Amino acid sequence: MVVPNLAVNIAGVTLANPVVTASGTFGFGREYGTLYSLAELGAIAVKGLTLKERPGNAPPRVAETPAGMLNSVGLQNPGVDAFIREELPWLKEQGAVVIANIAGSTIEDYCAMAECLSDTAVDMIELNISCPNVKEGGVAFGTSCDSVAAITAAVRGYCRKPLIVKLSPNVTDIAEIAVTAVDNGADALSLINTLLGMRVDIQTRRPILANNVGGLSGPAVRPIAVRMVWQVHQRVNVPIIGMGGVATWEDAVEMMLAGANAIAVGTALYLDPYAPLKIKQGVADYLDRSGMADVSELVGAVQVY
Amino acid sequence: MSFTVTTCPLVEARAPRADLYDFTVCCPEIARIATPGQFIMVRCGELTLRRPISICDAEGDLLRFVFEVRGAGTAWLAERKVGDILDILGPQGNGFTFDDTSQPAVFVGGGIGIFPLLHACKPFGTQATVLLGFRSADLVSMLEDFQAAGADVRLATDNGTAGHHGLVTDLLRARCDEGPVSAIFACGPKPMLRATAAIAEEWEIPCQLSLEQRMACGIGACLGCAQKIRHPDGTETYAHVCSDGPVFDARVVVW
Repeated sequence: MVVPNLAVNIAGVTLANPVVTASGTFGFGREYGTLYSLAELGAIAVKGLTLKERPGNAPPRVAETPAGMLNSVGLQNPGVDAFIREELPWLKEQGAVVIANIAGSTIEDYCAMAECLSDTAVDMIELNISCPNVKEGGVAFGTSCDSVAAITAAVRGYCRKPLIVKLSPNVTDIAEIAVTAVDNGADALSLINTLLGMRVDIQTRRPILANNVGGLSGPAVRPIAVRMVWQVHQRVNVPIIGMGGVATWEDAVEMMLAGANAIAVGTALYLDPYAPLKIKQGVADYLDRSGMADVSELVGAVQVY
Repeated sequence: MSFTVTTCPLVEARAPRADLYDFTVCCPEIARIATPGQFIMVRCGELTLRRPISICDAEGDLLRFVFEVRGAGTAWLAERKVGDILDILGPQGNGFTFDDTSQPAVFVGGGIGIFPLLHACKPFGTQATVLLGFRSADLVSMLEDFQAAGADVRLATDNGTAGHHGLVTDLLRARCDEGPVSAIFACGPKPMLRATAAIAEEWEIPCQLSLEQRMACGIGACLGCAQKIRHPDGTETYAHVCSDGPVFDARVVVW
């Protein structure tokens, strides 16, 4: 029996397998890295970085929901310089493919980060224009074609690494946004970020999150993510990293059939820290059983009615 | 940081009162390395998030934890029977640190915050004074366990149905008046912790508090369980209850 090929190529970077960990759920890899080798993963999208350190939002920042959770962490991070100095060398020593997720409140912030990260060992840069938890910037850049065009084109001018644009689902037509990002220089797309949600404590009559609203993730959002990946896949010719509620190998296969070249695991880590490795093995076994030689055969292979 | 994710059998399950469950699992991987004040993250079926539960005691291969049914997760857990397999991540967090266990120490617990204090008071034996506060007599639990550990146990209830009629922090003031206290360790509702911290500061007694916050990953990756702390230079940042705590020096906590 030939071992199926799990390696995928995302914008010129080879991932040993299609399983990525989603930004914001995996820190800088140190915690989960105590359980298994980070080289086992296809890539790691690190915690969202900003130009300067950010304290993040007031707690409570998380709340469970049916088949999912809300978060409003608010991009707490030590800043891009501290990441480059203190986290990146260690991550590369572990053999990880590193995706630097960047967020900011101005286009200049994004450009400055893309420029300085281009001189480092990061493998790819993920433009986070879809974070719903910060008051300025973040998702504000990701919800209109004009702003997506402007920020993608501007960052492209400074970015000498493969550029992934991470899309927000909180839009009317994600495919239009996707096409705009690609037309303005995105080498790949990742989707979806979280859906804006809210929970209210009926005893106190106050929101559970101190930020009032937060991003919904987990299996509850997966059908939306699958639909959006499918819609985007039909309109663009760049690789897609599909995410949103992927918890099992079956979910990963489904996401790839819809059009994802790779998938990211996030919220599922909290229930099972080993979920990414189980998904990788499960996909390999599925390919084997199906007589498929290469994981790429799954991409967009859904036969729609 | 040294934690594992493991499955282990439930070997004892008791319900000391309505909605309160006292579980013991045989879990050498966690029980043998757990230190007082640490916690575990327990998987509750297919619910998205594990539930953080403080370790009540660890002896040999046995790990004991006590929880109150508060929602879907703890309700699921309460239905487990002896012999069932639980999926647990731990031990996690920075627990209590002890300077000198031969010196008198006071443990202040309120409500379901009392449980981690059992593991913590044991090294102090008869030098431990354990002050327990509850809303009413029907909610009192674990007195015998604390007494068996050698502690001088004192009780307070909000409505006066058992022990001192009033706050557990009244008992703390009284205990401080009686004689030397080398350290205070506390776990319970925020107002109780805040009052405990104030008394500790007034008496200049080192004080450690075990805090709670809504938590997701439980290992320091997601940054969900933020707690504002003050640094020596006066700056304030968000630390995380799961990885920097759950036990914090009372002086650094920003209320």
